[in-house]
Amino acid sequence: MSEDNNSATAVLLSAEQVSLAFADGPHVLQDVSLTIRAGDFVALVGPSGVGKSTLLRLLAGLLTPSSGQILLQGQPLRLHAAPIGIVFQRGGLMPWRTVWQNVQLPLELMGNGRHVSARVQEMINLVGLQGFEHVYPAQLSGGMAQRVAIARALVHQPSLLLLDEPFGALDALTRERMAQELLRIWHLMPVTVFMVTHSIAEAVLLADDVLVMGGSPARITHHIRVALPRPRKLEMEGTAEFHHCATAVRRAIEASG
Amino acid sequence: MSWLNKQPTWLIVLISALALLGGWHLLVVWGEYDRFILPGPVDVGQQMKIVVADGRLLRHSLVTISEVIPGLLIGCAIAVPFGYLLAKSPLAERLISPYLIASQAIPVIAIAPLLTIWVQSTYWARVLVAILVVFFPILINIVAGLRSVPAELYDLMRSLQATRWQIFYKLEFPAALPVILAGLKVGATLSVIGALVGEFVQPKSQGLGYLLVTSRYQFKTDLVFVVLIALAVIALTMYGLVALLEKRLLRWQYLSNRTNVTRGKNGPQKMARGGS
Ligand SMILES: Nc1ncnc2c1ncn2[C@@H]1O[C@H](COP(=O)(O)OP(=O)(O)OP(=O)(O)O)[C@@H](O)[C@H]1O
Ligand SMILES: [Mg+2]
Repeated sequence: MSEDNNSATAVLLSAEQVSLAFADGPHVLQDVSLTIRAGDFVALVGPSGVGKSTLLRLLAGLLTPSSGQILLQGQPLRLHAAPIGIVFQRGGLMPWRTVWQNVQLPLELMGNGRHVSARVQEMINLVGLQGFEHVYPAQLSGGMAQRVAIARALVHQPSLLLLDEPFGALDALTRERMAQELLRIWHLMPVTVFMVTHSIAEAVLLADDVLVMGGSPARITHHIRVALPRPRKLEMEGTAEFHHCATAVRRAIEASG
Repeated sequence: MSWLNKQPTWLIVLISALALLGGWHLLVVWGEYDRFILPGPVDVGQQMKIVVADGRLLRHSLVTISEVIPGLLIGCAIAVPFGYLLAKSPLAERLISPYLIASQAIPVIAIAPLLTIWVQSTYWARVLVAILVVFFPILINIVAGLRSVPAELYDLMRSLQATRWQIFYKLEFPAALPVILAGLKVGATLSVIGALVGEFVQPKSQGLGYLLVTSRYQFKTDLVFVVLIALAVIALTMYGLVALLEKRLLRWQYLSNRTNVTRGKNGPQKMARGGS
């Protein structure tokens, strides 16, 4: 997204002064506000345990804010208001289902169980797993399992894709390749993305906006725009803009404690 | 030892069975035990031939089996909703589990006579005892299985608008199935014990328990041994059937353990193609 057409694109999801305290647990979030425009790629970084997954679950409608509100296309968010796709760090696949059956799950649940096989195959091809349709998750490497999870998250054409440290459990090399894979997939299948990550390089390379979270209870402390052109390429990690943004994010994380 | 390791299971079992029978035979011969105290394998074999030939063994076995199978199935059918309730509702757990655990401190053999007073039908009194014995271990495993479902998968199902029923049969049940089947295996052998206890307290002219009690009264120790063997065979068969069911239902586990495609011949090439 370039600066000038931001105003033209509609706001898909926004959080307004959202706070969350678990009933029997900590007060995690305080006055979190953010805006995600349709087509944006937003990354969220912050220290471990700060409340990133909690915010993601709020945006998915899986948790209800203690105060404040979350609006989806201007309407208060309810669970199931619009289809979303989620990818978790690990444990996201059903081990008793094959790759094919895992990818098919969202379509099954939404009741259109019939004319799905073309769509399932399309998604499996998209993430490069043709030939592995009838393999079980335990037989896959970590990177392949996350490809399946991405295919499943996109199969029902969600308006919002939520990624919670999708590559956090992978080794550094696989992780870098998967980031490129995600870029490739995102260009073929544009969707609004909100991604939690621990990797500053990943956040800057992939996202238009990097949000930094910190404090206890946590707030969004910084908002860094990444002005790298699209389509993004791994080589851009050598550019001045990349370094500028990465440094800004690192400083923001340090500043927010 | 290394030679033994390479042999098929049936041969191993055959060898160990022959060794056991041989040892038993020698013990009886050398110890010069009275056959009313410890009959040898030959005595037991002869007795076995008699009761097989006159159909008694089959008749009594069928009665016992007809109690064992409903005992296991009904016990399981009751344990599933109970287990679901206990796993899902902290209130239900606090309310019910103290009684469940306390009930396990009372041996079934102590309650069984009461049941035979309350339940008129001989048959159902025995089945009820089997149900009682089977229920608890299966229940425990169902609760453990349902609690082991990963939180991410619940989030996934909820985010995909899954109904409660869909969450149960597409997530909770298959996720808990390995642990439930492990409980069912334990239950399968216990159900035989349960039916036998039921027959002890309700020994009305049929069932292996009846045969055991009467042959003991008549000092037909070799017949007691025949009954014990029949019980062991029934228990093994029940266990084997559940194991077979497990192998069918959990095919994914067996396949998953065997191979990892990324280490296979053409895995990496395919990955490279996918990654481009
Ligand atoms: N269901 C829950 N009930 C009570 N407390 C919770 C619950 N889920 C999370 N928390 C707490 O909320 C805080 C934030 O957790 P969260 O998982 O959102 O952190 P995170 O930023 O995603 O951490 P990480 O980077 O390690 O994934 C933690 O202190 C955690 O213990
Ligand atoms: Mg997290």
